[in-house]
Amino acid sequence: MQYKTVLTTCTYCGCGCGFYLEVLDGRIIGTIPCKTSPVNEGKLCIKGWNVHEFIQSPKRLTRPLMRKNGALTEVSWDEALDYTASKFKEIKEAHGADSFAFFASAKITNEENYLIQKFARAAVGTNNVDHCARL
Amino acid sequence: MSEEVKTKVKELLTTGKIKGFVGLISQEGHIGPHLFTNDDELEHLVTGDLTRPGETRYPLNKTLIRLHREYPDETFGVLVRGCDERGLKSLYVWNQLNPEKVFAVGIACPQELADACECHKPYPDEFVAGEKAQGVESVKVNQIIGMDLSERFKFWIQEFSRCIKCYGCRDICPMCFCKECSIEEDKLVDTGEIPPEIPIFHLIRAVHMVGRCIDCGLCNEACPADIPLRTLYKKVSDIIEKEFNYRTGYTMDKSPLNILGPTSD
Repeated sequence: MQYKTVLTTCTYCGCGCGFYLEVLDGRIIGTIPCKTSPVNEGKLCIKGWNVHEFIQSPKRLTRPLMRKNGALTEVSWDEALDYTASKFKEIKEAHGADSFAFFASAKITNEENYLIQKFARAAVGTNNVDHCARL
Repeated sequence: MSEEVKTKVKELLTTGKIKGFVGLISQEGHIGPHLFTNDDELEHLVTGDLTRPGETRYPLNKTLIRLHREYPDETFGVLVRGCDERGLKSLYVWNQLNPEKVFAVGIACPQELADACECHKPYPDEFVAGEKAQGVESVKVNQIIGMDLSERFKFWIQEFSRCIKCYGCRDICPMCFCKECSIEEDKLVDTGEIPPEIPIFHLIRAVHMVGRCIDCGLCNEACPADIPLRTLYKKVSDIIEKEFNYRTGYTMDKSPLNILGPTSD
């Protein structure tokens, strides 16, 4: 028997509310807003309150999938990345760098957001960078 | 205050009277709920006072209900203040917990917290730490009662209008254990609409807290819109006391609004 609370940060938006995930015998059973988190001081929005529900959803993608002969098939990261990179090159050659757009996210860190815009501008060569908050 | 609690919990754990203790743990600079199952962890046990008394109170009885449902044959200890003890008594009456499987370790709240909570009984019947503070009448309720009716109505409509319908008041509530919730019932409320219908959304909950609300104030603290829910529920409790001579959690009687009546066996 083990019940513990794990302090973590909400993945939904850029606010970064702190909460405890309640873990009973290895299974996440609930969310409790953290009173000592300076961001949200023990409060949450409806999305934060229900964040524990998607974590263990069987519908979550856990491996890269590629459509082969019309069906989504599990593949290795190498295969998925090689395929994507070769397609990127093809599209850039045929249609130019501005045929790409990059949508960054509130759910990732500043550093990751920096990387995605750097990749867009320096590696691909487009200024088409936007953010999920405007989607 | 936590030393006396630690000593008591250690005794309960080592003598095997309880399988675990639902309390508060201080770790990584934060205070949160925890199930203590061995006495090594007890050095991190706290009573929830950080910079001021009762600053980090959590719905420990709610955790206890989850544990009881999973392990109905085990006995658990739990940290209780006056409000939590009222909660325990009511949860026994509502058959959500079994009194033979719960060992309450009480602490009395200091006057500062009793005043801030405007608590009628800021101590459990038995406690291992703290001293009995004076019960306090609600100034906030009296202030609102002091307004004339139209002013009072305007006040509440204004307060409710900030609601973002997060359901935090329901989610944090240690007394909300229903599988089906009336504020999620689409015959009563527009479930897909934000903001909620005002004032009916809040009044449905207020009425449903009769016989449930033990005046812990966690709903008020969890409200992102700072709606004074506690004051509202205090008034509802006052009305029930006046009309039915019943106050939730002070006795082991059923709520007067329990319409199911006696069971036929």
